[in-house]
Parts: sequence; structure tokens; C-alpha cells
Amino acid sequence: MYRRSFLKGLLWFISARIFSRNGVTRAIASTNPDTTATTHANGKSIIKGYDPTRHRYAMGIDVDKCIGCNRCVEACTVENDVPPEPFFTRTWVERYVIKKDKSVHVENISNGSDGPKERLEEADILRSFFVPKLCNQCENPPCVQVCPVGATFSTEDGVVLIDSERCIGCGYCIQACPYGARYLHPKTRTADKCTFCYHRIVKGMLPACVEVCPTGARVFGDLKNRASRLVRFERMNKIHVLKPHLNTHPKVYYADLDGEVR
Amino acid sequence: MSPESFHTLYKLLGSVSGFIYPNELEIRWSILIVVYPYVTGLVAGAFILASLVKVFNVKDVQPVYRLSLLTALAFLLVAPLPLQAHLGRPERAYEIFLTPNLSSAMAMFGFVYAWYLMGVLLLEMWFEYRRDLVVWSREEKFPMSWIYWILSLFSRDVSERAVKFDMKAVRTITIIGIPSAFLLHGYVGFIFGSVKANPWWSSVLMPIVFLMSAIVSGIALVIVLYMVLIPLKGGKIDMKCLDTLTSYLFYAVIVDFSLEALDFIHRLYESEESIQILGALIADKLLISLVVIQILLGMLIPAAILVAVKSMKLDPELRKLLYFVSAILIQIGIFSTRWNVVIGGQLFSKSFRGLTTYKMEMMGVEGLLVALVFLILPFIILGVLVKIFPPWKASELGEAKTS
Amino acid sequence: MFERIPEQIRRLAIVFVIVIGGTVVLRYFVLPPSLFETRLHRESTIQREVAKQVKFAGTTVCGGCHEDTATVKRKGFHKNLSCESCHGPAAMHTEDPMTVKPFAPRKRKFCPLCHEYDPSRPTGFPQINVTIHNPLKPCITCHNPHHPEPPTVPRECSACHAGIARTKAVSHHALIACTTCHRASRKHKVSPRRVKPTKPDTREFCGKCHREGSKRKDAPKIDLSTHGGRYLCWECHYPHMPGVA
Repeated sequence: MYRRSFLKGLLWFISARIFSRNGVTRAIASTNPDTTATTHANGKSIIKGYDPTRHRYAMGIDVDKCIGCNRCVEACTVENDVPPEPFFTRTWVERYVIKKDKSVHVENISNGSDGPKERLEEADILRSFFVPKLCNQCENPPCVQVCPVGATFSTEDGVVLIDSERCIGCGYCIQACPYGARYLHPKTRTADKCTFCYHRIVKGMLPACVEVCPTGARVFGDLKNRASRLVRFERMNKIHVLKPHLNTHPKVYYADLDGEVR
Repeated sequence: MSPESFHTLYKLLGSVSGFIYPNELEIRWSILIVVYPYVTGLVAGAFILASLVKVFNVKDVQPVYRLSLLTALAFLLVAPLPLQAHLGRPERAYEIFLTPNLSSAMAMFGFVYAWYLMGVLLLEMWFEYRRDLVVWSREEKFPMSWIYWILSLFSRDVSERAVKFDMKAVRTITIIGIPSAFLLHGYVGFIFGSVKANPWWSSVLMPIVFLMSAIVSGIALVIVLYMVLIPLKGGKIDMKCLDTLTSYLFYAVIVDFSLEALDFIHRLYESEESIQILGALIADKLLISLVVIQILLGMLIPAAILVAVKSMKLDPELRKLLYFVSAILIQIGIFSTRWNVVIGGQLFSKSFRGLTTYKMEMMGVEGLLVALVFLILPFIILGVLVKIFPPWKASELGEAKTS
Repeated sequence: MFERIPEQIRRLAIVFVIVIGGTVVLRYFVLPPSLFETRLHRESTIQREVAKQVKFAGTTVCGGCHEDTATVKRKGFHKNLSCESCHGPAAMHTEDPMTVKPFAPRKRKFCPLCHEYDPSRPTGFPQINVTIHNPLKPCITCHNPHHPEPPTVPRECSACHAGIARTKAVSHHALIACTTCHRASRKHKVSPRRVKPTKPDTREFCGKCHREGSKRKDAPKIDLSTHGGRYLCWECHYPHMPGVA
């Protein structure tokens, strides 16, 4: 019996794809980015003098350089008017402590949102490090796939944005994100997340978190630019991404990422 | 989210165990999203029961045919309400019709709902009741006579040929209605089952388990309603009908239990990375709602009762009592099933290292009171529908009296 | 022919025509097309996004006016630091330099945000124990934040390798100086990532104390020719906390 409804649904999806009017559908199996308008219908670019097709933004994170100072989290909160309460954040830093008995202790050092911190006995520590986290701006984003009204989308330059005037606040994208990068903004009651400081990068500036990082642990760059800090980062480091088995193709590349990091 | 509710969240910080991503503290899909699949499940289940009569020609359950349709309609009318209430921006809900994202399972809600309501349920009810509507429009007083006449779409033909056509139409619509009902509830299962980020939800079996629990709860609900309404209307319960209904209920419970047991065994056997946190989830957060309520009270005990009743020869009064108790237990169990899926899936962190808590608010748009209202409202609507569209003629009730 | 169609179908057809026709009229003639054009929505989203206010000016801008500070900073250990890391967002300051002044951290509680000792911080990052390191004095008393040379160049490695120093201090090797095993050129203090100190590269080095027959009384002895095969000692034993599993 269910086969009937499955075939019916499949037929519906396939015909929808064929007959869709403005090319915004993504076939379920497709990994092509959602190439929708960053140019007007008449071909002129929306942002003066900026051609989004010549850019593809990504970020590198050198885990061994992060000192867990939280400058990045504070800068993001200021730059993007992120709510100050500890339950909503666009970026955060995690501390991992792997003890000699192989137990792993993880805590969020950015806003104390996961309860009382364990007292660390230094002699027990085998290795310990900080891992900054943020929206991975995936190339195959599950959040874009599940938004019922198409309020979240990928731009041509590789950033996943949210239309806060269309978002109905259903929360499906928040459930679908494997990295916990999304939250429901308490004032607008729509979904919100890191945008790579889109308003800065299209003007040639760095995202706020990259700008203030004192050790250069965060590396921002353009994958289509053959000479950039990010390209060198990709050349000199073994690159890892978070949850590769989920096939989201994240664009935040971690160097020296420990196997215990989720 | 108001600043007052920040107070609740600050308190929640203390109830976190282990490590969770900072944005995971607050559970996004609340009790309203537990109510929604429960309600659409009842719709699908009641409709499948109705299809047993018309498509599979199980004559014994004919007495509950019209009741099933009315039940399905009453619950269907309430179904969109919890969804509307839980949206962050409910005033924008219409966008799902304007710009549906075709890769999103949730986007099909509006269309499937509209199709099922208008193209299946209302149409079937119209064909089923048309002859009676014409008769009642003649027999009743104003204003009811007028209402019946409008509802019959000003129809006047009650010839045998027309009625035969009605019955054929009902059968055709029911055949189309079965996959539609599956789609109406199955897509909810798919919404959960297709979230690869969440190992508690992500499963091929999810839409099927949802459907089977829907059928179980739908049949159980109609049993309860039948056993309550017939005495209220002064009639006699048709024991053959009840016995057949509970047999089908039993088969459905067996299938549902097998599927859930299969899922459980499969998870344990494969022992993937998520098994540790899911084990902690069940042990720490879902022990009562899963092991005690869903499995023990909701499936094993009712199944045992039904087996006992089928194998022993009990007098009708005792049988009725045991059927009623089983059906109620099953309802509670299926509600708990929905709870365990929806809330359970959000209680553990996607980092697989921690658990959070759900503090259900009492008042507020997503609170317990509103959920209870949405659960009670269909019964009120059903009461009105039963008044306007009586599911049993006096003769049917009278027949039962003499049998 | 019209009479052949059953009465029910005729009536339903009228209803369906009204409903479907109404929907079509609504969709294509009444509602403005902008409601349906996802492309337009996304364009306007991008426009709104790009119009958002910039709060951080970016490091390169500061040097335009503050040339002398920039010149000094370019040579010190903070050369890779953005000015706004410490001074906070300064975009408003660039627009109205005289009235809007950025924050200037002068209190003692600011610098430890980065420089307080934390066991998870990478080795080689300069860290201090805030409680005992010149207590009560603001950091800028001794350290110029734009060129943070410590007033005395650390002879001890512990200023940057605090974690190792603390581990070693409670180990069996506590009284052994870092320079006993590691040779570090003066350049290491200037370019620590490029010029690295040496590590002992022979078994005989550790054997100076630990081989059977060595004169070192308190060192445990092993037979150098058999113990540990061909591997260097520190491939198994952690020299900063030796002897602990």
C-alpha cells in the first residue's frame, strides 16, 4: 500500500522539478548548489561592481592555534547583533580534554550554556585543545533542502543566507542542521545563523571573527582565488571537515582536527 | 520567545548533562508537534477502518463506517491548528502555498491536506450521505431543512439508480483515499525519517511505523467512540462488529509491535556510534514514557488482553469492558509513542555527548493547556457532526436492540 | 448528453469549477506576482543583508591615521594582531574620529583573556599565572601593548611553554634545566615557529644518565643495548613526566 503513495509522491516530485518555473528546486540527490539570484533578472549585479559568480567563500580553522580567548564570539555578537543570552549563538568555541584514561570531556567555553564545568586535574590530561565552531556553509546544505517555503538558500558565492521576512519559524532547518549552527532568534522569531558576515565579505573585508582572531586560527578566503591565505592553508595542512559521512560538503576546513571532535 | 521565558532557559542550563551545542538547549518542537502526528494519525487510522468496509468488504464492521468518516473529519479539521500555533511567524503560514520548496517534505502539507479534505474525505462523505441529506431536507424543520438542502447541493434525485451510483462513487473514492491517507500521515513520518542529522529519527522505517501506529490508534479510537455513543443514543452494541474490530486492532498491534521491535533489534545489533547517547536517552529521559507507557501499557498489556479475550469464551459485558480498557491503553501508548519520537529526538545533543531537558510550559501558545484544547476540540466537533449527520438510523439502533 | 451525466456529478462539477477556477483566478490574476517570485525574495534578502551596518573597520584602516603606532606594532610580537582585537569595533570611530573613541583596555583583567595560563592552550603560547605574576600592577606598566617585549627577555622557557614547565616541575626531571636537553638559538625567541630548538637524537644522550654504569646515582638504569630496541627513548617515555604510564 505504501508503495502506491511513494510512487505518487515520487511522480509529484519529478514533475515538479520538470515544471518548476524559476529553477529554485533541488533534486533530492543533486549536489549542485542552488544557483539563485545574486544578479537581477536583467543580468545586472545586485551589489554594484560585485560579481558573485567569481567568488566561492570558505573558511579554514587551525585547531592548534586556537587559544580559546573568545574574541571571535564577542566580535560576532557585536557585529551581527546576536542576542546576548547564552542560548543563541552564531559561533562558539569548544574545549576538548582527553584524559589519560581515554575519557573525553567537552565543554562550551563561550557562554556557559552547558552547566557547571568539571575541575580539570592537569596531571590527568593526555591532550587538550580548543575547537571553534560556526555554520559550515555547506555546499550540499540539509537546511536549504528542508525549508518548506524556501526562505533559506545558497548564494552563488557559496554563503547560505536566511530571508528573515519569509521565514515562518517552523524550525525544520534547525532540526536538520547536523552542526547545531542554527537557532530561532527570540525577537524576530525566525531562524538565524552565521552568514560569514556577508555584508563585510562582499566589500572585500574579513568576517568579524577572522578579523579579531589574535593567533590567526581562523583563515578566510575565496576558493576561486588562486592566491589567498586559504589556498595556502589547504596546501600545507591535512584538511578535515565535521561529520563527512553526512555528505553535506561543509566549507569550514579544519586542520589538525582530533578524531574526538563532533 | 519572550524575555520572561529566558528565565526558564536559564534554569534549564542546570539540567543539562554532558555537553550539548549551545543552540540545542531549547527544544524547538514542543508538545504541539506531538499532538499533530497523533491527530493526523487518528485521521488516517479512522479512514483505513472505513476503507475496510467499502474496499475490502468486511461487512461486519459496517456499523462503524459512518462514525469513522465523521471521526476522520473532526480530527482533520483540528489538525492544522497545532502547526499554526507552533510557528514562529504564524501569520506567514500562507507562504507554504505560494512558494513551496519542492525538496522539503514539509512543503507538501498544505497541498496534501487540501486534497485529502476536499478531494477525498468531504467528497466521500457527500456521496455517502447524499440520499439521507435529501430525505432529511424534506423531513426536518427550518432551519435544518435548509442546511441539509444546501449540503446536498440542491440535489433531489433519490432514485435507486442514483443511490447505486453514489455507492460506486464511494468505493472509488475510498480506493483513491487509501494512498491519500497514507500520504497524509506518511509524509509526517518522512519529515522525521529523512533528517540525517538525527539518528533517533533517521530511519527508513519511520514513515511505516508512523502509519502502523496511526492505524492502531485510529481503530482503537473508533472502538471507544462506538462503545460510548451507541449507549448514549439508546442503542445496543453490535458484538459481532466489536469483535471484528478488535481482531483487526490486534493484527495492527502485532504488526506495529513487530516493526518497532525490528527497529530496536537492528539498532542494538548494528551498534553504531549513536547507540551510547541513545541508550542514555532511554535510560535517563524516556524510561517511563517508552518502556512503561509505550511498550508495556500501550502494546504488551492490550495485546495480552486481546489474546486472552479471543482465546477464552467470555460474556459480552466482560468483553466490552476489556475491549474498552485495551483501546484506552492503546491511545495513551500511541500518544506516548509520538512523544518519544518528537521530544526524545531533541533531548540528546547532535554531538552525541549530552542530554537536555524539556520543560513544558503550562500557559503560553505552546503550552500544555493549548495542547489539551487541541486534543479535546475534535471531540466537541465530533459531537456536533454526530448531531447533524447521525451515523446510525433509528432502525439500525433498533435492530441491534432486538438482536 | 448533458442529461446522461448523473445529477451528482453535475452538481459536484459546478462546485469544483468554482473552487478550482477561483484558485486559478486568485493565483494568476489577483495576487501580485511578487508574492510568488522566489528570485525577487532572494534578491531583496541579499540587498538587506549587504546593507547591514559594519561595526569593525579592519586593521588596514587604522594605520592610515595612526601611522606611528602601526610602525611600532609591525615589529613586535603583536604584529599579527588586529587593532580591533583589543580596541573593539572602531568603524564608528573612522567616521567621526574626534567624538567617537574606541575602547582602550588598560585594566589588568583584559590581557589574561588571552595570556592567562590554561592547560588547553597550545604549547609555545606565552602564558602567565595571573595571581603571582606582578600582582595588582596593570600589564601595560611593564609591557607596551603595541610592542609587548617583556622587560627582561625570558631566560626561562616557561614564559611561553608554561604547560610543559608545570608538568616538569612535579616530575622526576624537575631539577633538570630545559637547556640540558634542548639547544635553542636566540632566534627562537624572535621567530618561535620558524626556528625550533633541538631534541636529543640519539639513545646515548639519555644513556648519559640512564645506562648501566652511569655515575648518576638517582637515575633509574637500563641496559642500553637491549632496552627499547632501535627506538629513541622519548618515543616511548615522555621526558617532561617520565616514568608515569
